[in-house]
Amino acid sequence: MRLLFSIFVLSWALGPAGVVAQAPPQTSKAAPLSADPALEARVLKIAEELRCLVCQNETIAASQADLAKDLRQQIREQLTQGRTQPQILEFMSQRYGDFVLYRPPLQLSTLLLWGGPFVLLLLGAVVLLMHIRRRDPQAEPAPLTPAELQRARRLLDEAGGPS
Amino acid sequence: MKRYLWPLAIFLVMLSFLGMGLKLNPRDVPSPLIDKPVPAFRLSTLAAPETSMSPDDLRGQVWMLNVWASWCVACQQEHPVLMDFAKKSAVPLIGLNYKDQRHLALAWLGKHGNPYKTTLFDNDGRVGLDFGVYGVPETYVIDKQGVIRLKYTGPVTPEVVREKLLPLMNQLGA
Repeated sequence: MRLLFSIFVLSWALGPAGVVAQAPPQTSKAAPLSADPALEARVLKIAEELRCLVCQNETIAASQADLAKDLRQQIREQLTQGRTQPQILEFMSQRYGDFVLYRPPLQLSTLLLWGGPFVLLLLGAVVLLMHIRRRDPQAEPAPLTPAELQRARRLLDEAGGPS
Repeated sequence: MKRYLWPLAIFLVMLSFLGMGLKLNPRDVPSPLIDKPVPAFRLSTLAAPETSMSPDDLRGQVWMLNVWASWCVACQQEHPVLMDFAKKSAVPLIGLNYKDQRHLALAWLGKHGNPYKTTLFDNDGRVGLDFGVYGVPETYVIDKQGVIRLKYTGPVTPEVVREKLLPLMNQLGA
C-alpha cells in the first residue's frame, strides 16, 4: 500500500516530455515593450507564475513562443488598466485552466500533490522509528562459551594484562 | 532472499508507471471552458469584412467551431476530414481564422476547398485567447443553449468524427 502510494506520487512528479506544438509562425514585428521598466518588472513577475502551453516546461516569461508573447502583452495591457495580479491569474486560468498556474490551487484534486510530500516524510519517520525500536539497545550480549573465555584470558595474559 | 527482490519489484512498478506516463498526451490539457457558455464576441467574416457575426446568431442550433490558419500545417492534414464532414452533416461548421492574414487565408481556402459555412477573421488572436486556444487546429462543439460541450485539440481524424463528434451531436439533438 505504502509502496503503491509512493510510486503513484513519484510517477506524478515525473512530468511528461514536451511535444512539438503547432504555434503561429514567428512574426518579424518586435514585441511592444513598454518604456516603463517598473511595469515590465511587474509583467515579468506575473508571467513567471504562468506556464506556456505551447512549450509546457517554460514560463510565459521565459518562452519565445508567439502565444507567450501574446499573453505577456495581455498581462501588460491589463496591468495598465489597473487590474491586480490575482485578477490577471484568474483571467488566465479561466481560459487555459489551472494547468497554466505554476502554483496549482489547493483543491480536492490537488490534495495529494500538496500533501503527498508530507505524507511521505511521515511514512519515512515511522519506518525509521520502527527500525530503531527493533534494534533493542538493552539486549544482553550472549555469554561467552568456556572456549572463548579461555582464549580471552590467554590473549590478555600475552598482552601483559592483569595476572 | 525475499528482501533482495524488493528493489527489483519497486523498479518494475516504477517502470510500468513511466511507460503509462509516456503514453499520455501532454497536449491533452483539460479545458476549463467545457460546460461554460461560449465567450461573447463579434468578428467580421473572412469573406466580407463589412459583415460580422456573433455566437448569439447561432443560438438554438448545435454548431461546430474549428480554429485554423493558413500557416498551420496540421490544418491541411485535417482539412479533407472537415470537407467530408461538411458534405455529410447538417451541423454548421464555423471557422475561426486565427492570427492569419486575410489574403493568405482566402487563398488557402481557394486551394484546399471551403468546408465552412462562415469563417470569422480573428486577426490579433483576441477571440482565440478567450477560447483558450494554444495550438491550431482546435475544434469545439457548442450546443443549442450556446454552451461549449467538447474541445478537441489537434487535427480531427475520421475516427474522432465518427466516435466523438457525431455521437455527441446526435445526443445534443442536432
